[in-house]
Amino acid sequence: MNVQSPKKLLPKDYATDQDVRWCPGCGDYAILRGVQKALADMGADPANTVFVSGIGCAARFPYYVATYGFHTIHGRAPSVATGVKLANPNLTVFVVGGDGDGLSIGGNHTMHAIRRNIDINYLLFNNEIYGLTKGQYSPTSRLGTRSPSTPTGSIDPPVSALQFAMGANARFIARTIDRRQDHMPAIVARAAAHKGCSFVEIIQNCIVYNDGAFDSFAEKDVKDEQQLELVHGKPMLFGKAKNKGIRFNPKTMSLEIVTIGENGISAADIIVHDETNRMLAVMLCQLEPPNFPVPIGVIYCNPAPQPYETAVWAQIATAKEKLKGKPADLNAMLRKGATWTVAG
Amino acid sequence: MEGGTAGARARGDRREIESAVIRFAGDSGDGMQLTGTQFTQATAIARNELATFPDFPAEIRAPVGTTFGVSAYQINFGARTIKTAGDDLDVLVAMNPAALKTNLKDVKRGGLVIVDIGEFTDKNFRKVNYASNPLEDGTLDGYKSLRIDMSRLTLESVAQFGLGQKDGLRCKNMWALGLIYWMYGRDPQVTVDWLKVRFAKNQTLADANIAALKAGHAFGETAEMPAEVGQILVPAAPIRPGLYRALTGTEAVAWGLVTGAHLARLPMVFAGYPITPASALLHVLAGLKEYDVLTFQAEDEIAAACAAIGASYAGALGVTSSSGPGVALKTEAIGLAIATELPLVIVNSQRGGPSTGLPTKTEQSDLYQSVWGRNADAPLVVLAAHSPGDAFEVAIESVRIAAHYMTPVILLTDGYIANASEPWQIPDLSKLAPFPVKFRENPEGFHPFLRDERLVRNWAKPGTPGLQHRIGGIEKDYNSGNISYEPENHQKMTDVRRNRILGIAKDIPLQKVEAGNAKGRLAVVGWGSTYGPISRAVDRCRADGLDVSHIHLRHIWPLPRNLGDLLKGFDQVIVPEMNDGQLVTLLRAQYLVPAQGLNKVTGKPFKISEIESAIRDRLATRQAAE
Ligand code: SF4
Repeated sequence: MNVQSPKKLLPKDYATDQDVRWCPGCGDYAILRGVQKALADMGADPANTVFVSGIGCAARFPYYVATYGFHTIHGRAPSVATGVKLANPNLTVFVVGGDGDGLSIGGNHTMHAIRRNIDINYLLFNNEIYGLTKGQYSPTSRLGTRSPSTPTGSIDPPVSALQFAMGANARFIARTIDRRQDHMPAIVARAAAHKGCSFVEIIQNCIVYNDGAFDSFAEKDVKDEQQLELVHGKPMLFGKAKNKGIRFNPKTMSLEIVTIGENGISAADIIVHDETNRMLAVMLCQLEPPNFPVPIGVIYCNPAPQPYETAVWAQIATAKEKLKGKPADLNAMLRKGATWTVAG
Repeated sequence: MEGGTAGARARGDRREIESAVIRFAGDSGDGMQLTGTQFTQATAIARNELATFPDFPAEIRAPVGTTFGVSAYQINFGARTIKTAGDDLDVLVAMNPAALKTNLKDVKRGGLVIVDIGEFTDKNFRKVNYASNPLEDGTLDGYKSLRIDMSRLTLESVAQFGLGQKDGLRCKNMWALGLIYWMYGRDPQVTVDWLKVRFAKNQTLADANIAALKAGHAFGETAEMPAEVGQILVPAAPIRPGLYRALTGTEAVAWGLVTGAHLARLPMVFAGYPITPASALLHVLAGLKEYDVLTFQAEDEIAAACAAIGASYAGALGVTSSSGPGVALKTEAIGLAIATELPLVIVNSQRGGPSTGLPTKTEQSDLYQSVWGRNADAPLVVLAAHSPGDAFEVAIESVRIAAHYMTPVILLTDGYIANASEPWQIPDLSKLAPFPVKFRENPEGFHPFLRDERLVRNWAKPGTPGLQHRIGGIEKDYNSGNISYEPENHQKMTDVRRNRILGIAKDIPLQKVEAGNAKGRLAVVGWGSTYGPISRAVDRCRADGLDVSHIHLRHIWPLPRNLGDLLKGFDQVIVPEMNDGQLVTLLRAQYLVPAQGLNKVTGKPFKISEIESAIRDRLATRQAAE
């Protein structure tokens, strides 16, 4: 929980004095800006906020945010963050990592942080490439990706970050895009406000090793046609004229694109986004280019009664009830069970 | 031989002996561990000194009647100080042919073998490749034997409770225990009470087990025993008055960690992942929530280490535990704790290796791994416990050093210490001096790697206003804590990391000599659970006038600052270890002393006789050479 700072902080107040060392033009700069704005909008208390990262370009993030920060080891940020949050549940804890960090070497920890539902906010920067190690294909790279390690094209199918998260029983998943500064801060703030593990995929352009990988939907001129901006309670409309929409086809048990006014389609046919509907979320996660626009926004949000760490501390509180308010007596701990006295 | 029956004399109708070694052996499903634990309890109450050695198979339910499914529990008890579980057995209780086959070689000549002939069937012989009945083919020549159809007698004793054959036979271990209680004059009441609690929810099972226990006891009283199987008296030992309990190494470490954390005034976050023989530590601590212990079963060893590090970063005492293979997985994370200078306690309950090795057997072969087993120059602190009671103190010391020097500390125990139990005089913890940790709170002039005169950095925890800072595995600048790739700075930081750890030698006790003189002809240097056999072997040799001393290390790294000079005061140094020669390498490298190894990796502790003959050999060879 964040205590409101006495003085309203601005996004620049969340910047450190460190030189930012990403390549010029890297999408990470935009994400840093978006997150700093989110922190300001949320009124995040820098003293009670922690950014934890693993290894990779994205993982340098904590050095540039003027909160507490811990740059750890490859793939293990969710585990370190879990320890931070368990020890002090009052902290707001973010995990920042790339696709290799979170879905390859650290896939196990990502999965367990999500299914355990510890209240950390996982921001996964997906650039579909290994940047820091100079451009090898990553677990999210599309089939056929040519890279130093796959000179004739990658042959293993990629993982979908959001489908992976849903498979681990995520209770909050969202997606945003580095270039969508108008969209990102609110999504990050929603993730932070969610009680439990929130998982946000942030589409990020690596200008050096995978430039333009997302241009087909991220570019300004195509975004209306190629992005499906989801808002809870609003119909799933997209397109410049907002006349295209997503409809459920009960015959094929799948989502399809329809145009209002064509083939007898009316506004009533379009699905209204319900971010608490898990089945809908599962289907939305499967929408991918080139056949569908890319869903962005909060795709699923359905908090559990309590996050993991709350349950952990509740068990401790229950155990402490035995003490009836008295401090724990270590001597009693050693004397539980069978003892005997040897007389002098 | 420890546990020797020499010096026996008759008193009343009981033969009096100074000490005895008994092993209960049977199928994994026969309840031998429970039987042994109960006998231990009763023996402790009878005021004997004792030491135990539980030995069980890696398989949870190995096929019934096979040699690899044999589970055993050994206890050595006596009227004098007992330091080991005993070399050779005075009594073997073998519940089936497999137990006889795997354990008979450890029985001393003339020792007593008690067998359940109900299990000595052709079918069972075939399972263990006995070509003929070992009770008849001369296998037992040279041993005394007591052949009883315990299976049938047990079933008769529980017939009234209407249990089926299978459940009825499960009471067999209590029948055997009853007989041994009779033989050694133990009061079965402790077990009667325990059975009532254990089977509180099933009165029939409680009653049946108690009936079997009493029947075994009554059998001893009424049956015509062969003359040589009479009752035995092991008189009470001169034990210091006080309150006692049985203590296993696992409990000792758990309670020591909790006590240490309280003395440091830190909450504890313990993150573990199941692995034999370390899992029990997680189990014990999970039951101590009211003592500010948070336990977390992570998804793997790496996550466990990382969660503990995260907890330390957040201002708790992070602790993780495993055995060698799991510690290998944690290694990169331990490096992170070294680079970021965070407290972390890593408990390693060592087992036989490499790889999966011998999961349930003991070994002390992770010394290299602890002291040197990381990428780059990555010093940390290594401590080793030598017994359950010692493990309690070492755990407290681990917490003190970790918290006050901002460093990972590896606490080494092993499968033997973890599982063995010993009587323990319960200390009064209110007499221990606290060592509270002071967190940094003042933002004035703060950076995360500001150091005091001991080179220890200040610990600032998230949530503290004005102390926001970033740490990580990248090299940091000595003067600011910011990322630095400067060549000179890396040299300086490497020096600091080394010297900070070496400096801890100023804050630990000088190495003492356990037995013997501070200089002389031969020093036997040990660490960990070899303490018992070394100590006893040195005592015996000294009693014969040999000039030999025993030195036992608790601090493996940094080493005590007088150790080099101490070792140089001896003509010869031998280092018995349950590994292929690890401490001996460390000592030779560190001090250029011609120390020699005495090594054993059979999954079983050293026998006293093995160390004793090594001592005699060395001293004799040397004498001959002179
Ligand atoms: S390599 Fe790519 S992801 Fe990494 S900093 Fe450069 S542009 Fe950004």
